[in-house]
Amino acid sequence: MKRPVPRILTTSILFCGTGGQGVLSAAEVLGWAAIYDGYHVKKSEVHGMAQRGGSVESHVRFGPRVFSPLIPAGRADYLVSFLKEEGLRMKPMLRKGGVDLTAELEQGSSHCDDKRYFNSYLLGVLSRRLSIRIESWFSAIDHVFGKKNPQANRNAFLRGRGEMK
Amino acid sequence: MIEFLAGDEALAQGAYEAGLQFAASYPGTPATEVLEYLAKLPDVDAQWSVNEKVAFEVALASAIAGKRSLYSSKHVGLNVAMDPLMTSAYTGVNAGFIVVISDDPGIHSSQNEQDTRIFSRVAKIPMLEPSSPLECYQYAPAAFKISEDFDTPVMIRLTTRVAHTKENIAVSGKRKAAQKEFRIDVPKYVMVPRNAYKKHIILEKKLARLRKYSNKTPLNSIELNKRSIGFITSGVSYLYVKETYPDASVLKLGMPYPFPDEKIREFASKVKKVFVIEELEPFLEEELQRLGVRAKAKSSSFRIGELRPESIPAIVAGKKKVEEEPTSRKPVLCPGCPHRGVFSVLRSLKLTVAGDIGCYTLGALPPLGALHSCLCMGTGVTFFDGFSRALGNNVVGVIGDSTFVHSGITGLVNAAYNRTKGVIIILDNSTTAMTGSQPHPATGLTARGEQTKKLVLEDLCRACGADFVDVIDPFKTAELKALVKQRLDGKALSVIIARYPCRLIDRTRAAAPKIDASKCKKCYQCLAVNCPAISRTEDGFIAIDAQTCTGCNVCVNACSFGALIKHQIRSQEP
Repeated sequence: MKRPVPRILTTSILFCGTGGQGVLSAAEVLGWAAIYDGYHVKKSEVHGMAQRGGSVESHVRFGPRVFSPLIPAGRADYLVSFLKEEGLRMKPMLRKGGVDLTAELEQGSSHCDDKRYFNSYLLGVLSRRLSIRIESWFSAIDHVFGKKNPQANRNAFLRGRGEMK
Repeated sequence: MIEFLAGDEALAQGAYEAGLQFAASYPGTPATEVLEYLAKLPDVDAQWSVNEKVAFEVALASAIAGKRSLYSSKHVGLNVAMDPLMTSAYTGVNAGFIVVISDDPGIHSSQNEQDTRIFSRVAKIPMLEPSSPLECYQYAPAAFKISEDFDTPVMIRLTTRVAHTKENIAVSGKRKAAQKEFRIDVPKYVMVPRNAYKKHIILEKKLARLRKYSNKTPLNSIELNKRSIGFITSGVSYLYVKETYPDASVLKLGMPYPFPDEKIREFASKVKKVFVIEELEPFLEEELQRLGVRAKAKSSSFRIGELRPESIPAIVAGKKKVEEEPTSRKPVLCPGCPHRGVFSVLRSLKLTVAGDIGCYTLGALPPLGALHSCLCMGTGVTFFDGFSRALGNNVVGVIGDSTFVHSGITGLVNAAYNRTKGVIIILDNSTTAMTGSQPHPATGLTARGEQTKKLVLEDLCRACGADFVDVIDPFKTAELKALVKQRLDGKALSVIIARYPCRLIDRTRAAAPKIDASKCKKCYQCLAVNCPAISRTEDGFIAIDAQTCTGCNVCVNACSFGALIKHQIRSQEP
């Protein structure tokens, strides 16, 4: 049994939206990016009936050692919302000083003509604030999206990251 | 090799590496991914069975015949397999046999939130409870070993937050060979009264040995830290305790049944105050009471719903659970879903509708409100039978194609045999949709996606005793309505197969209907079909989101005033 690591070292990101928006694949990309960067990662979500147009949320936590797969209420560091109403609803999950990226939604829509790459754009926005190397992000994008337009996804990611017009 | 695996998948991988040769299941959230994962691996005979009882029996027989085998299902699936489960403790297994059950605390996608841990005690079968995907991976081989050492099935109980949590795991990828010899053994495998009585004596002795094992296995482990407070916990609750009280002492029960009495007493003697933290039923709590170990437990209000990490301080403080109205968006039938046409017809006919388990249960939600009961698999047929005997002609039953094959056939035979008249509609979208499009016998495909003998539902229903069997396209709502009316004359037992592939399989689109606002009477019959693509504008008229709309025209057919007009440009007639 390893010694428990102080909780503060765990970073918690809550993704939310509705079925079909790419919430789950965005969370999957973050999960892999954190893995490539050497972290212990847990990601928790719900499948089944909840996915039929209902609310979708995915909890991603990474650090030296993560315990709970769910982010405790009021302890999320980042809220990444794909739908304004869902972002509002999930806001109490954020810790004091936590960052709400819901405001990026409108920005994103103007930067991202093709809805298919919107989740990559939001990940780019998020990436500015996380200590994960860009190579790990790229590997994760390629791993999750595979051969489906890797360059378009990378470009959307870089636009979100502010490194490409 | 690093993999990012959900609990279901990690368990499947662990079982595979431990030499698993056969697996059987029926899809059900949150256990579906166990078999989906295995069906992609080489050298494992993995099948979707017709239902859980069949799956359990085929898998148990495979273990008895000498191959390491696995059964998996959700909690309510095990109810269907209870009959073989109960006696499998008597026969034992020969080669290892693991029974993977995933519970759904919080009822994310189920009809109840029963606690399967109790079943292990009832069935006298040992149970392991991993808390994370990594432990799922590690517990699978441990379960096979216990199964073979004690000649018993071993249950592995998961919950949603274990089954559907992903974690990075270094998997070995190496596979062990494991094969036992089969021998004819009538006293062991033929459960007639005299043999079964003797096997019950052996079973009680086996349980005593398992109890000893439970006391010494590292699956049940004491983590001594601060002595002021000690937690006894299992499953994902363990992780919530570690998250909240990282410095506390913990007894983690990876094998909660048979209960490790001595280890419990040892732990209780080392800490000042003992708390039990567990989701759903007071399973551990009652075992502690039996032992006479003083321990604090959750308020009974916490037996309902999922625990969350923030529940732990509330439980420790002795608080009651605060019930909150859910604010999440309700699920809805997809745009272009073929079920929508059927429900819009049933709604307009004002019929009482016996429903069943599947995406189509969503037909119950307002404004459609066209499904009036849902209990368990098969009740679309049997509740139709019971309702129509009491209420007469204005009743129909609806059941999905996969659900019909799972549990509807016997109900139909029963209805025909007992001279029930009326209409059963099979909502045939040619897949098991809600769990993520798994094949079943009427699709003609195996779990691996290979062609196989296809069950013809029309022939089956006729053979069961249906007087009429009609097949119809559910998007042709006018024809469907006329047919239902005609068949509801009280003279025959009819099955109508409303057949059109699930939207998630057939993504063919047509253009959205046009709107003639001058003809709109604002009656909102079009909104009653409950489609995400159609909405009311601020001025009270109707708008259709062309991106979401699939051009199925169910809303067009719901409009009596010609305000919605089918678009002429069509890629394909839906």
